Amino acid sequence: MTQSILTICYLFASITFILGLKMLSNPLTARKGNLVAAVGMTVAILGTIFLYRDEETGNNLHNYGWIFSALIIGAIVGTLAAKKVKMTAMPEMVSLFNGMGGACAALISIVEFLHISHQIHNGADAAYISAIRPTVMIILTGLIIGAVSFAGSMVAWGKLNGKVKDLSFTGQNILNLLVLATTIGLAVWLVVHPEQRWMMVVILVLALCYGIFFVLPIGGADMPVVISLLNSFTGVAAACGGFLYDNKVMLTGGILVGAAGTLLTILMCKAMNRSLKNVLIGSFGASAQTASGTAVQGHHKEISVADSAMLMAYANKVMIVPGYGLAVAQAQHICHELEELLSQKGVTVKYAIHPVAGRMPGHMNVLLAEADVDYEVLLEMEDANDEFKTCDVVLILGANDVVNPAAKTDPASPIYGMPILDVELAKTVIINKRSMKPGYAGIENELFFKPKSSMLFGDAKKVLQNLVTEIKAI
Amino acid sequence: MENILTWISAHQQLLYIVILMIFVGIEVIGHVPSVLHTPLMSGANAIHGVVIIGAIIVMGKAENDNYLALILGFFAVLLGMLNVVGGFVVTDRMLEMFKKKK
Repeated sequence: MTQSILTICYLFASITFILGLKMLSNPLTARKGNLVAAVGMTVAILGTIFLYRDEETGNNLHNYGWIFSALIIGAIVGTLAAKKVKMTAMPEMVSLFNGMGGACAALISIVEFLHISHQIHNGADAAYISAIRPTVMIILTGLIIGAVSFAGSMVAWGKLNGKVKDLSFTGQNILNLLVLATTIGLAVWLVVHPEQRWMMVVILVLALCYGIFFVLPIGGADMPVVISLLNSFTGVAAACGGFLYDNKVMLTGGILVGAAGTLLTILMCKAMNRSLKNVLIGSFGASAQTASGTAVQGHHKEISVADSAMLMAYANKVMIVPGYGLAVAQAQHICHELEELLSQKGVTVKYAIHPVAGRMPGHMNVLLAEADVDYEVLLEMEDANDEFKTCDVVLILGANDVVNPAAKTDPASPIYGMPILDVELAKTVIINKRSMKPGYAGIENELFFKPKSSMLFGDAKKVLQNLVTEIKAI
Repeated sequence: MENILTWISAHQQLLYIVILMIFVGIEVIGHVPSVLHTPLMSGANAIHGVVIIGAIIVMGKAENDNYLALILGFFAVLLGMLNVVGGFVVTDRMLEMFKKKK
């Protein structure tokens, strides 16, 4: 009886996961979709705690004290961390939580492996060892993928908040492949000789190293793609648990995320017009060094805040191009204030949102939505590109690579082929940046040296505040 | 080799689920607009937190005196819960901002 109820709980949870994911991919239903999946998850967790019976012994679960204290601590810390985090730090947070999931999968594998090796060392016969091999294989798969996902996510987290720097050296790819091949080779060996339990530790360490090496050379601009990929890895690691416990909800949830995550990774790559292979093997930083001939030099001209304010206040149409600079400066609210002020003066103000502006696809939309910017004035790239020629002023706030014409003109450029915002079609381009330093991809931007362009140096928030004051005074 | 074959036929139901879920996973998010990439990633991130069920089972089965398993299991449940709760709350916070304002 209780078993059937648990089965229904799991069935219900599986349906909510599929439905939740489906609803999450539509802006109108997304929030409800998240809630639906959360309800399903709660049902599955509570069901497992109270209704699960061990198949071999028929016993209920025990150690409730341990389970509940872990659940409560996890829930409190998780909620606080998720509530406290700033909007700009969202990508890091997702990476961090993803790493936790990976670590969870790896820990499960460790405990299960210890359990099996305990049985073997207590004198299990050859038949047991031979029958347990496929299980060991699943355990090790979960261990390796979980550990790679954990270590990789931690590095990605560190990179996004600036604690970890890019590191690449020649032969890195070969070293990585070597580490991966050794890990898999040793895992196969361990499946054949499951009694050698120390080997599990070696495999764990190697997998952790691989996770670190795998993410280290990848440039910060590609982090969203990497996080999405690691996300799907964790999904697969969770699915391994599904095989281990013959648990269909773990399998459904895990594989669902594994597949959806992989597709999402590919979609993100497509938005940047790059292949996944390119992201993983040829990192931005590395290719920028080889394409050294692309450096553009020339003179840029600066513009004062007062002149910029004048230009915008007397324009018919202003297009704002937000980038990561806006996000780090937390300037979304003041940006909205500028937009409203200009609108009151009869200026049409719109935003051009590049799909990969900021650190994550959709990052700008989330940020501007937080500042109450109307959904209607946010233009996607194609629509924005149609409208630039009717714009008098384009104000670029801390965006760089997404407006770099080299993506169109210079085949040697590492971002060649990425669709960009054609800001040059507008009459005047004002670029707000903190300095002339190249952007995240580490490449020069010839846009800054064009006759139409003027640089407005300074922190996005301060500059916008000054602009607002100036425009009010006009 | 024989083991593997026996294992496959013993787990054929699960293997069918794997194949079907791969297609379902690809199909359901096939038409997502790029605006929703980040929240979708975050939502999917919370869903793979289902791995916590495995952690609860490990923990619940561990013998009372097997402290290594208890400690490892404790951390597994804790981290899994962080993944689940944190993932759903973060996603909700992101999506809260997409509300249509009139």
